[in-house]
Amino acid sequence: MTFYFDSLSDFLWMEGHGPYVWVSYFLTLIVFVGMALGPKLRKSKFVKQQRALAARNETAKEVVNHESS
Amino acid sequence: MAWQWFHRLGSPKWFYEKTARWVQVMGWLALLMLGVGVIWGLGFAPAEAKQGNSYRIIYIHVPVAIVSMAGYYVMAISGAVGLIWRMKLSYMVMKAAAPVGAAMTFLALVTGAIWGKPTWGTYWVWDARLTSMLVLFFLYLGVMALQEAYQNQESADKTCAILSLVGMVNIPIIYKSVDWWYTLHQPATLKLTEKSSIAPEMAYPLILMIFAVYLFYGWLVLSKTRVEVLHREAKTQWVKDVAVGGR
Repeated sequence: MTFYFDSLSDFLWMEGHGPYVWVSYFLTLIVFVGMALGPKLRKSKFVKQQRALAARNETAKEVVNHESS
Repeated sequence: MAWQWFHRLGSPKWFYEKTARWVQVMGWLALLMLGVGVIWGLGFAPAEAKQGNSYRIIYIHVPVAIVSMAGYYVMAISGAVGLIWRMKLSYMVMKAAAPVGAAMTFLALVTGAIWGKPTWGTYWVWDARLTSMLVLFFLYLGVMALQEAYQNQESADKTCAILSLVGMVNIPIIYKSVDWWYTLHQPATLKLTEKSSIAPEMAYPLILMIFAVYLFYGWLVLSKTRVEVLHREAKTQWVKDVAVGGR
């Protein structure tokens, strides 16, 4: 299997169809990367919230223990 | 015994633990296949006789279009399973599938429009295939909007499931639109039962890209479902352990 185009500029220009092809691929790349990051960001936000909540509960418990002793 | 896996699937905790490894393998494999498919399709496949190089958009357009329709079945059938067996996890899959399907449909519409300009001389025509795809996009958006419209999660799930099921009628219409009506859109290039109208050296990267986008879709829906599980089960001890333990 060989590379279809003769040069890099040929590859980019694609006999005039380059802009259409590259815009399609670039847009898809953006949408795919955006979608792939979504669940990761949502999970790290969730974990952060849960840790903050757990830490707050810990302090609350300590305060109660301190007051009762 | 045979149905045990089905009952287990209803357990969000079991699902979350079992899919942890899968999701990683799927993600990396999808990335690898997408990479190879894109390079192959863009640089190594020959140009098409009539359309020249613009046809290279096919390596994105066809896979995302196929997955946008298959993804609708995923969403609607998950909704149906939720309605029939009251399986919470199934509703979570339905919710996760909506935005991914919408994005795939959006890409199919936009790449199709871009491909239309050099090939048909226009970005858009109101023909059967294009219009029914636009309806699919709005159906996905409708399910997403409904999901947000309710305070009560259970009501949201049920309504979304019903809308998804009703909208399913659109899928065979999209699929058959190029045969039923006179349209600008060409009929299917790859066929399972008869000879395909595409040369093998162009078809191989296309088949690879179809599998890659399917896998990417599966990985996305799985990842989204896993995060949804954490949110909906946030009050349980195991989720607290996961979040604080950082697993």
